[in-house]
This record gives sequence, structure tokens and C-alpha cells, in this order.
Amino acid sequence: MDSDSMTASPPAGSVDGEILVRVRNLKKHFPILGGLFRRQIGAVKAVDGVTFDIYRGQTLGLVGESGSGKSTTGRVMLQLDPATEGTVHFENTELTATKGEEMRQLRPRMQMVFQDPHASLNPRMTVASIVGEPLREHRAGNREERKQRIDELLSLVGLEPSHANRYPHEFSGGQRQRIGIARAIALSPDFIICDEPIAALDVSIQSQIVNLLEELQDTLGLTYFFISHDLSMVRHIADTVAVMYLGKIMELGDVDGLYNTPRHPYTQALLSAVPIPDPKLEAVRRRTILEGDIPSPANPPPGCPFNTRCPVAQERCSIEVPEWRELTPGRWVSCHYAE
Amino acid sequence: MDQAQLVLEVADLTTRFDTQDGMVHAVNNVSFDVRQGEFLGVVGESGSGKSVTMLSLLRLIPMPPGEIVAGTVMYEDQDLLEVDIDELRDIRGGKIGFIFQDPMTSLNPVLTVGYQIEESLKIHQETTADVREARAIELLELVGIPSAEQRLKSYPHELSGGMRQRVMIAVALACSPQILIADEPTTALDVTIQAQIIDLIKDLRERLGTAVIWITHDLGVVAGLADRVVVMYGGRIVEEALVGDLYETPQHPYTSGLLGSLPRLDQKGEELVTIEGQPPSLYNLPDRCTFAPRCPYVFEKCLEESPPLLQITDTRRVACWWDVDKEGPRDGQ
Repeated sequence: MDSDSMTASPPAGSVDGEILVRVRNLKKHFPILGGLFRRQIGAVKAVDGVTFDIYRGQTLGLVGESGSGKSTTGRVMLQLDPATEGTVHFENTELTATKGEEMRQLRPRMQMVFQDPHASLNPRMTVASIVGEPLREHRAGNREERKQRIDELLSLVGLEPSHANRYPHEFSGGQRQRIGIARAIALSPDFIICDEPIAALDVSIQSQIVNLLEELQDTLGLTYFFISHDLSMVRHIADTVAVMYLGKIMELGDVDGLYNTPRHPYTQALLSAVPIPDPKLEAVRRRTILEGDIPSPANPPPGCPFNTRCPVAQERCSIEVPEWRELTPGRWVSCHYAE
Repeated sequence: MDQAQLVLEVADLTTRFDTQDGMVHAVNNVSFDVRQGEFLGVVGESGSGKSVTMLSLLRLIPMPPGEIVAGTVMYEDQDLLEVDIDELRDIRGGKIGFIFQDPMTSLNPVLTVGYQIEESLKIHQETTADVREARAIELLELVGIPSAEQRLKSYPHELSGGMRQRVMIAVALACSPQILIADEPTTALDVTIQAQIIDLIKDLRERLGTAVIWITHDLGVVAGLADRVVVMYGGRIVEEALVGDLYETPQHPYTSGLLGSLPRLDQKGEELVTIEGQPPSLYNLPDRCTFAPRCPYVFEKCLEESPPLLQITDTRRVACWWDVDKEGPRDGQ
């Protein structure tokens, strides 16, 4: 893969590769109701103006701490929650303006893998009916063809056809996540949003699932939006990474560039906080320890959302919202002083 | 470090749970020790028995269905598994402090932070209310909680996750324990908050000289913290080594598999190494090595007999029939 094809540079300038998903200034505000008449008295700005492109066949990793708006971004992209503002384009269709039957026709092409394989599989359905449900719903083939497809899907994700008649509780966490993945790929989608797909799994099982996702990406030509708080795993799986904080993207760039030379103070602090399994390295590493906690998205600080914890914040940062600018080709940052 | 005196010696600890579905062999013949001021990391996945081991030390497991079947836990010339319950209560929260994973469920939601810190002082020390309050403020300042005096009156729900974990640490440190047992204290926290807590524990340990037993599933966290690491799998210790040795030359195939399966922040790797298969069920204690079904080096002996934890150097123990250095079966076995 050459370095040019790894750049994601909204708005699209001179880049190779085909953009599959184009997100522009996407916002999701949840109303806070209060008072006698339950009027809106405020808003939780869960996603507050994010812009990025996802290239076909690549993986965009979205990292951030809990409450930064990662999952909401994913849900709004697939129109599981309506957007407050902004647009999402899938190929040439504007999803944010697509409704009803037209949207339903598009659904098979975009799927989701969820974090908790215990909660996202119906305990009363057999594996065959879970994996086969999308096929039935979208009338893909007759009964015999569906059965064949289910067997094929199970073997694709490393399960046995004999598992088809069992129930989710008979499987371990890792196997359940495989079932969830089989369901997501059942209708041969182009695009899959993986929302913390390994967070609930044991360490030795996480790598199995990530390897499976990578393998499926190669064989089926999938495009991933990989949401995770695990920065090491995102480095492994992603081509491009976006760092989110309090509903906004702080920095975006190709994975090696961003991890090797983070430009935004938040990215720098976040990366320095991740422990590395190497005692020698840990002994000499310097950490930027951030003070305090992530502020509430119902009451974000004025100016740059990171200014309350930023080690290099100036007066300007608490007044003026930094512009989303392209620092170097393909590297985008939202900071007045990053260079 | 070698000269420091032993403060805790655990030998052959075995804990079982008699459940409806059968006997769960949670901890099997676990032996380890902790020296004065030492930082011991205990690493394992869920179900490896790491938490139950630590809870068993202080008899904190529910009995029944739990039962500590065998073993000794020597602390200050007495066996904690034998001492009477009043004496044990003095030690719990007094000389041995405990920090739990989830500060939301282990702090009492209807009591103020100040009350919960002072409670432990009230039980363990004969002091006046004023002295206790002063000590509580001192502790909150020690763990880095701003405006400590006002915070005494806060309830747990008014604090963020990181702040609650700091309160838990303050409670555990209230009586200046000699040993602090921390069970996944940062697992529920975000990485920037985790870094704050790790920094705090490092600093406290240097200042107070407390021995720390840190339980985690994250090999990254203990790399920068521990002096010595114990790796658990299927209710047993499979390897123990000084921290540098463990990461550089893991001797047990499980340890090396675990290290290989970790993606690295500082380098873009190729395909991740995986440990195939699933963690073991603890219902039946097999006669073979617990790791055998997932082990790439498995041979006949592994299926015949479970390997004991062998002392291979002064600072190193491993429970494996295979010698990775020799690339053959271990000598003398």
C-alpha cells in the first residue's frame, strides 16, 4: 500500500482511491428537557461537527475516551439515529436525506458489529436463525439456498456448520462475536461499522477476532469504520485514524504518521498514556499526565473543547474554537498552535 | 530487593466453589510471596483465578459455596486462614488494604466520602473525631483530590470514575497498610485516567514503602510498574519472573502467546500471533496440563501429568514440561 492511498483528506483534494463514505460536519445533539412543561433547556452535544472520508477497502479507526461521541458517530452514520445537522454520503447517495423503502434497500450494504456479544444476540434464537435473519428479512434466496449460505458464513468466521442449531449461551465470548460477525457479513455488505468489537473479550481472544476481521476484509473487500478505545489495536488494524474528544475530531491522519508524530496536544497525551508491554521502554518513557476528567458534553467549555486539560493552552484557546485545518497533506488537526 | 524481608507467604492455596453445575476449581496449589515494599504484578485472563486467589487470602470469598480447601497464608507469623475472625478483621483494611475494580459498586452510595474513609480509621484505631477528619483530609490530598475538605461531604455519585477510584485508594491507605492489594484498579477507567492512577500508586509506593499486589489482565500496565510478575492460567500459576526477564524471555508458552497477541502502540506489526482455542473450564481439574489443548509445543507428557511449578533459577518459576531454550522436554523430568 503506498502512502498516498492511505491519506484521508476532507474535503477531497488530490487523492487516489475511491471514497465510499463521506461525512461532512455531522452533528448529533440530544435535547435535555426540564421544567414544568418539559421544554428543552439544553443539549448534549454528543457529536458536534465531524468531517472525514472513508476509502473503499480501507479501515478508518476512531479512537477516544468514553463519552467522546464515538458510538453516536457510528449510529448516526448508519441513520440508526437521525442526524441533527450535516451530511453522510454513501457512494453518491446522501443517507441523511434517504428514508423509508429507499433506505431499506441500502441497508444490506452497510452493517454493524457490536461491542457486547452477550447483549447483541437474541438468547432465544438459534445460531442459524440469527445469522439467517438478514437473509430472510431481505428475501435472499429460498430456504435451501439460505441454509447453504448460513453454513458458508459459519465456516467463513471459523465456526462449524454443526453449531447452527445451538443457542448463543452455549458459546464463549469470542465465538459469540464470530456469530455477530457472520450476521454482519450475511448480505455481503460493502461497509461495516465495528463498535468496540473486542472490548468485552479476553486478551488472547481479541487477537483471534482482529485477525478474522482483517482476513474477511481481504477476502470480501470490506471497508471498516473501527471504533475503539484501544489505541494499540487501532494502530494494528487501521489505515487512517481519527481522534475524537468531546464530540469533535481533534486530529486525523494516516496511522503511522499520526502515531509516530502526533501533532495535537490531546493525541500526544493520549498516546503517552498507553502502557507498552516492554519494561525497558516503560522505564525511560516520558508521560504527559492530563489533569482532571473529560468535561460533560452537556456543558462543554467554550473555545477548544480540550482547553481545560491542555498542557499548552493559551488564553485564545478558551475563546476561539480552532479551525479544522490541513497541516500537511492528509493530516488534519483542530488546534490553534499545532504545527 | 532480595534483601527485603518477606511480608506475605502463600503456600499451596486451593479454593473451590461447590456450585449447582458442579465443583469449580478456581485456585489450585497457588504459592507465592511478597517482600517488603515490593510491587508484584499478577496477570491473567478472566477465570484464571487471580481475583479469587487474593480474596481467599483474606477469606473474603462467600463461604459456602466457596471453600478454601488447603494452603497457608503466613503474615506476621500467623496463618490468616487459621486466625479467628476478629483478628482477621483487624488485618483487613488495617495492615492489608484492598482496592476493588469498580469503585461505583464498592463505595456505599448513601454514605459520604468522608464517612467511608473515617469508618476504617474508627474501626482500626482509637482516635477522636477531629483527628479522623484531619486524617481523612490528609488522605484525600495525598491521592490528589482537589478541595479535599469540601469533598469529605460529597457522595460517590457526585464524583467522576477517576475520582471515585482515588477515594477507594484513600480508604485502602487510611490505616497505612503494609500490603496493598489492588484488583484491576484501572480496568474500568479511561486511559488518561488510568495514567493518573498509575502515577499516583507509583508515587505513594515510593513515599510510603507499601508492598503492592496489582492484579490485571493487561501486560502493558504491569510492565512499567512491577518488580516481579506472576502469570496465572486456569487457576494455577504458570510462570513467575522478574519483570524484565518475563517480557524478554518468557518461558511458558502461554506467556509468550499472550505477549505475541498484544498489538504494540510503538510499532506497526504484522499479523497478530493468536493463542488458538478457548480458556479452560474450571469444572473438571484435568490430570494433564491445563494449557495443553491450546499449546503449540504439546507432547505426550503434557497429556499425562500436570506440570508442577518448577524453580528454574533463583528468581524464576515455570510450570511447563517443555524447555523453550533447549527446544525439547525439560531435563530431569
